Formats: sequence, structure tokens, C-alpha cells
Amino acid sequence: MALQHYNKESFDKSLSEGKLMMVDFWANWCGPCRMLGPVIEQLASQYEGKAEVGKVDVDEQGELAMRYGVMSIPTVIFFKNGKEIDRKVGVMPAGAFTQVLDQNL
Amino acid sequence: MTYDLIVLGSGPAGLSAAVTARGRNKSVLVIGNRWQDSPLARAERIDNYLGMPGLTGVEMLEAFQRHAQEMGVEMVTGKVLSIMEWEGFHLTVGSQIYQGSALILAPGVVRQAKFPGEEQYLGRGVSYCATCDGMLYRNKPVAVVGRSKDAPHEAAYLKSIGCQVVYVAPKRPEELAEDIPFIQAAKLAVKGEQTVTALEADGADIPVNGVFILREAVAPGDLLPGLTFQDGAIQVDRSMATSVPGVFAAGDVTGAPLQVSKAVGEGLIAALSACEYLDRRGAN
Repeated sequence: MALQHYNKESFDKSLSEGKLMMVDFWANWCGPCRMLGPVIEQLASQYEGKAEVGKVDVDEQGELAMRYGVMSIPTVIFFKNGKEIDRKVGVMPAGAFTQVLDQNL
Repeated sequence: MTYDLIVLGSGPAGLSAAVTARGRNKSVLVIGNRWQDSPLARAERIDNYLGMPGLTGVEMLEAFQRHAQEMGVEMVTGKVLSIMEWEGFHLTVGSQIYQGSALILAPGVVRQAKFPGEEQYLGRGVSYCATCDGMLYRNKPVAVVGRSKDAPHEAAYLKSIGCQVVYVAPKRPEELAEDIPFIQAAKLAVKGEQTVTALEADGADIPVNGVFILREAVAPGDLLPGLTFQDGAIQVDRSMATSVPGVFAAGDVTGAPLQVSKAVGEGLIAALSACEYLDRRGAN
């Protein structure tokens, strides 16, 4: 249950709590997104209790994707204190994500 | 699907590597464009391949293909969109994912030069993957920069999901659907503010939100950011090892001379090195 699957309500709730979040915008039709999936899941367990790791399906949650101007997937956006602090577009090695998380713990 | 070795490229270097690795009993997947689209297929006559002068490029490629198939090499036709290092290597081709423990890069000569603005707006309007990102541009104007055989097909896909597509290329491809507007232009630049606002084509701005740049292959440096290059070629040592552990390279991608026998020889070395890497890894 470490990995969150956000809808608009649950996403906004986490955002308003100001926690450190790493959010993967993805869709099932996107091969690179599915490839990144297991990495995101692993990071969700690895950072459990320290950061909230979750996914937003841009097909189901188009409004969230539009709000953050997601124009290419996968896009991973980091939030802290309710604000975007960084984003990574495209497939990246796990280290690119852990670096941002570790700097903001 | 998991393989011992994945080879990018179905030309002489890639197939030589694949045949060699099969000879060492490794499972091998070759991912490449149709062999008919290889630059070698256009060669009318090859006279410097030892012992068999006078073959056409097509005859040579057919023989190489047949050999690889007889050796049990598996093949997939398509373009590798992304590579991820994680428990070996994961690769995506369209919406399919393949996994391999070692990798040989043998894609041939891949144009590395980018259009002005392309890098800057990548992910902010510039995309290399119509299947991935098309849905995010529904009802919006997009340009398809067609530089590959399958680009007209991708343009039709984008149109079918509701994008307003303009196709831009130096020459109208025969396969392009008649209801997709075509603009003939060779000199291109991506323009924008926060995100893409236009594609400049031979001096005239086409207002668009998205630019899909579709080339025959994604450049190896974009697929694997850890690779080092020298004079535009992937840097390798005598064992054809690149700067990324577990990744080897062979053929035109490592530089001149761009000759079949050089590619075949390098493919063999790369495969032997990859097998050694796999055996060492398996032993640990």
C-alpha cells in the first residue's frame, strides 16, 4: 500500500498536507511509462514514511495532467510544501529520482 | 521477455554479434529496422568482402538474415524509444518492453544533429513518441517532422485520435494520407516561450502546440546518457566495451571505415566480450 494511485481528491489532500511527494504521470498505452513502473514501485517502498510516492494516470486524471502542463510521459514531478520543486521528463535511471528525494528529505 | 543479450541493429555488425552469441548458447534478440531499409540494401555491388566479391547489398543482407535465423536469433522490427538500466537493461519498442542482461549497440550511422530548439523544448512540446504523447495533444495543432519510413503512419495515428496534424518534410511521402496537410520544408527550428508555440519551416512559422520529430532511430547518446563519444562515434576499447558496463558497440556507430567486413569483425568481438561479461556476471 506504499504506492499511491491518485485521483484529484487524494492528490490535492496530500498536496495540502505539504509532504514531500514524487508523482509519476503515466498511461497504460505508453511503453516507456510501463517500463518505469517497477522503479517507481520500488522507490515507493524504499521511501515509505519519508516521502509519498504515487502515480497519476493521465488518461483518467486529465485535469491533473493539464494543471501541471504535462506534455510528455513519463513525467515525474516532485512536490514539497504544496509546491512543485523539480520535474524529470522521460525515462531516467532510479538515481535521478533518489537524488531529488534525498536532497529534500 | 528476458534475453541474455539484446542487439540494437539488424545490419552486418548486429547480425554478426547475434550469430556469435547464439554460438555460445546465449538467448539473443535483435531489434532493428526492416533490413530492406538498411543503407547496405541500396549498394549495387560489394567487391571487397573477402571471398565473395560481386554480391549486391540485398543478396548479402538476405544471406546474413538467413544465417541469423538458422542460428535461432529472435528478431523484432521497430525502433527502440528508450533504454533503462535497472536489473540489466529494459528497452521499449512501441508499447512493448524487452529485458536483456547485456546490450550491443549496432544501429549503423545515426544522425545526431538536432534542430534548433529541439533539445530546449523536449518534453515541453517536442516529442519523439506519437504513441506515448499523442493523447496529450488531442484537439490541438501539431506538426509531424517526418524523417522515417513509419512517420506517415504515425501521423495518421495522431490524426485518428483527434490531433490537428501538419506533416513537414523535404518531400511528400507516397504513404502520407491525402487528408493530412503537407508542408514542404527542409530547414526547421522549434520555437516557443514556456512551451512550444511554432515550428519554423524554411523561414515561415507554423503555429503548433506540439512537434513530433520522428527519425529512423533515436541517437544512442539520447538512449543511454552515460555513453561517451569521440568525434561523433561511440568510444569503445579493443573489446568493443563502451563506457557503460554491460554495453558494447560494433559497426558504423563506432566510426570509420564504414565497411561490411569491419562491422562483421567488430560484431564478433562485441559478442564475445558480451558473453564473457554474462558468464562473469552469472558466476558471481
